[in-house]
Amino acid sequence: MKQSTQSVSRLLHKRRMRISDTVQSVPPSGIRRFFDLANELEDVISLGVGEPDFVTPWHIRESCIHALEQGHTSYTSNQGLPELREEIADTFRRDHSLHYDPNEEILITTGVSEGIDLAMRAILNRGDEVIVPEPCYVSYVPTVIFAGGVPVTVATGIENDFKVTAERIEDAVTEKTRAIMINYPNNPTGATMGKKDLEEIADVAIEHDLIVISDEIYDKLTYDGKHTCFSSLNGMIANTVVFNGFSKSHAMTGLRVGYALGSSDLIGAMTKIHQYTMLCAPITSQMAAIDALRNGRVEMERMVREYDRRRHLIISGFNKIGLDCFWGKGAFYAFPSIAGTGMTADEFAERLMLEKQVAVVPGNVFGDAGTGFLRCSYAASRDDIKEALARIGEFVESIAGIA
Amino acid sequence: MDLAQNILEIIENDPKIDISEIAALTGSSDEEIRDCVCQLEGDGTIRKYKTIIDWDKVDNGFVYAIIEIKVSLERETGYNVVADRISKFPEVRSVRLISGDHDISLTIRGKSMKQVAFFVAEKIATLPQVQSTATHFVLKTYKEDGVILHETEHTERLPIVA
Ligand SMILES: Cc1ncc(COP(=O)(O)O)c(C=O)c1O
Repeated sequence: MKQSTQSVSRLLHKRRMRISDTVQSVPPSGIRRFFDLANELEDVISLGVGEPDFVTPWHIRESCIHALEQGHTSYTSNQGLPELREEIADTFRRDHSLHYDPNEEILITTGVSEGIDLAMRAILNRGDEVIVPEPCYVSYVPTVIFAGGVPVTVATGIENDFKVTAERIEDAVTEKTRAIMINYPNNPTGATMGKKDLEEIADVAIEHDLIVISDEIYDKLTYDGKHTCFSSLNGMIANTVVFNGFSKSHAMTGLRVGYALGSSDLIGAMTKIHQYTMLCAPITSQMAAIDALRNGRVEMERMVREYDRRRHLIISGFNKIGLDCFWGKGAFYAFPSIAGTGMTADEFAERLMLEKQVAVVPGNVFGDAGTGFLRCSYAASRDDIKEALARIGEFVESIAGIA
Repeated sequence: MDLAQNILEIIENDPKIDISEIAALTGSSDEEIRDCVCQLEGDGTIRKYKTIIDWDKVDNGFVYAIIEIKVSLERETGYNVVADRISKFPEVRSVRLISGDHDISLTIRGKSMKQVAFFVAEKIATLPQVQSTATHFVLKTYKEDGVILHETEHTERLPIVA
């Protein structure tokens, strides 16, 4: 027994030395610790999940089954099924008056996650900088680093409803800046940016000749106002890579399918990496995605209406408890401030989990600008949201009593 | 979304929900919700608050049958006259005009197959406009009014993921 422990640790030691400096330089996701904590407890209500609580609509699941029955289990073309690319082109023509050539300007990826990785690897030379507004989705900064780039984070704040401003970006631009990463509707804040707001960012991008990497995976989950696709802004179609997918809008996270839209040089370069490293996205999921685009509107809208109700429930709930929460207009996250409690978000989240069995994610996990906030997903049932709010209310009262 | 439509969708799925919760879900005041519900009840948009019961779970539950009817119409009596007459029986749970081989479809509820069969024979088949009836007893209900009664689906998400 002893023998084997020793050899395992020796092995681990060796392995640590075998890992590249780049990978070692990236800390593990801050979410991990809470994940382990949540797993040890029972009766945990989770507002920690960044995926829909709905199961994929039945008609989409049924089309997966049908595809399997028909024996569609092979590779597809590297770019993805032509019918799917055409369906996507039609959708963007209809919804945004944008014309993307399905043969050269659309790539089907294994989720938006893969697409962003491809884009970074396609455009960055070692040491090139990418401006990343924070708080943001946990994968952006590591993805830039893995691609040999340097993430330059800029803060967004509550004073501006977590919209990134042109000034902040302008201040961060250097000789080495190649791209700006943006994500509206935003994970983790729920913030959205209107057309006017985005135009200011586009101006900066054009002035400094920067590529905009726009992760619009939550675009359908816009509850107030209308989503503007970044590439629809004047002069941006050639300089934007738009990412979208089916994980959030059609509750298809586990099916792993998304897409990237951009000019043919960018999409071509991304396709080159994709063809050698991924080959293609899973065919079953691509066929499901076709069905989602052709027949999925009604179910999607039903889910969006329900998210909007929960948004009202949770945000007004936090404000009643005394945790100020701004009215995010998109995605499915509430981002209340806990500054008034005198605790750090880490402390708050950890004690809330241990004392009240409610899982939320501390905002600083998404970058320093998230310090003092919690990310609470409302992709949870109304009953869970009500119970979680009740428990958080009790918790806040209990700590106020002590202070 | 239109407030009335939003409210209807909420209470169709949960008629027991209270006013203040609907207010929270829609970002409205209690008064606004009360007024709107009042109006929807008043103008007959909301007909009734109903419960879906799986009677198979109850000893001594009910027997259901679907009855299809062919009707012969006389000049002065249309389908409405026959349908109205049939609708008056409390045993009859639903009455629909349908396309196809038959004209009217009923759902009948009774305490036993015998009772349902006699009811159809005595009360429905004997109506002057009814030409013929076909009775189909319900053996098992899998889904009722959009609600699956024998749910088998079970999915689990990890409690925390990015
Ligand atoms: C902003 C953002 N982008 C991308 C993803 C991942 O998307 P996909 O499932 O398509 O890889 C997520 C998932 O949480 C996300 O929040």
